[in-house]
Amino acid sequence: MILGLSLVAVSGLILVAADHIDAPLTASGSAIDITDVYAFQGQNTSNLVFAVNTQGLLSPGATAAAKFDENVMIEINIDNNGDNVEDLVIQAIKRDDKMYFFGPVAPGTTGTTSTIKTAAASGSVAISSYGTAALTAEKNGMKFFAGPRDDPFFFDLGQFRAILAGTATGFKSPGVDTFAGTNVMSLIVEVPKAMLGTSSTLNVWAETKKKQ
Amino acid sequence: MSKTNKFKIIAIALVAAVVSVNCDNDDSNSYPEANLNFTGTFVQQDQMARPAINTVFIASGQPKDDFNAAIPSAMGAKYQSIFQSRLLALNSGFTTNALGQTAAQFTGLLSTDVLNVSKTAKTTFFDGTNVLTGRALADDVIDVELLLIFGGSTGASNPNLTKDNVNANDKAFGTTFPYLATAW
Repeated sequence: MILGLSLVAVSGLILVAADHIDAPLTASGSAIDITDVYAFQGQNTSNLVFAVNTQGLLSPGATAAAKFDENVMIEINIDNNGDNVEDLVIQAIKRDDKMYFFGPVAPGTTGTTSTIKTAAASGSVAISSYGTAALTAEKNGMKFFAGPRDDPFFFDLGQFRAILAGTATGFKSPGVDTFAGTNVMSLIVEVPKAMLGTSSTLNVWAETKKKQ
Repeated sequence: MSKTNKFKIIAIALVAAVVSVNCDNDDSNSYPEANLNFTGTFVQQDQMARPAINTVFIASGQPKDDFNAAIPSAMGAKYQSIFQSRLLALNSGFTTNALGQTAAQFTGLLSTDVLNVSKTAKTTFFDGTNVLTGRALADDVIDVELLLIFGGSTGASNPNLTKDNVNANDKAFGTTFPYLATAW
């Protein structure tokens, strides 16, 4: 048996990839639910681009009403020395119709609790509206975007679930992209590599942090 | 009107014109941030780096909430053995993967949920040459993960499980910022 899976094991593996709707506290459409994180070289290869997507599986009809939450800060964490502790953070949070960015800057404290590094304000951008052209901003070499985008993730999640459930033995060809035609709320920031420390490699992760 | 004042008025007019056509570019000297309230303590709700990792390897319900509230530097010690059990439940025949990793090595890597990103190499999850140097939008990350979970040491095992045959996004990505495609 290829999958060696008991029903007990399967029941604990209800997969909602990539991290779309991944836990009770990060339910569908929630501003705290991160669906995917991307880190790649920009068009200008001296820059890195970080994209953090939230609120997965938005239908086109639901996208116009999707909002960022003023109590939820999105934080990109960057480790320069390989200890998986953040040395730099880029923080973003909504106020009114704009997204405000702070950093890259050393965090006040590392770990699960943060304050916003207001002294390191790096720029802001008007949040783009559904159905209109992307609004972007640029300041000190950084570029900013916040708003709805097509979900760039693709996966035949439906067939994978069938495999886990034992009702299929393999993927279909061609497969069916479960995430086709769905949107996410994206936060995208492009940063000169020179602002990200002197190490040649980084460890990067995203967090959502809620105001207490 | 003095020359200086004329110059000032012209300069103000020019600045105003620039601001009006670039209203989305935050290029004025004022910091509106200074007038807004960003105070308070913010506590972690979700954490994510590599695609699909905690959803594949962490059981639903409270364990997922616990993992989402964990910090990467503490994940390895807490989650490596859990990930290894999950891996062997998914593929009881796992010995090594195409990267030559044992179950312990593979899950040791995955259980610390960070994206490894190069500042010098091409950024990709895996492109046949570069391994875990970033995550580009078009990377078929699921096929990489399926191959490493099910494909055995050569990548040739379980061929019906090592790729989902969805090889690209349903919209083309842009070459310029913000790169991600417009919403449906």
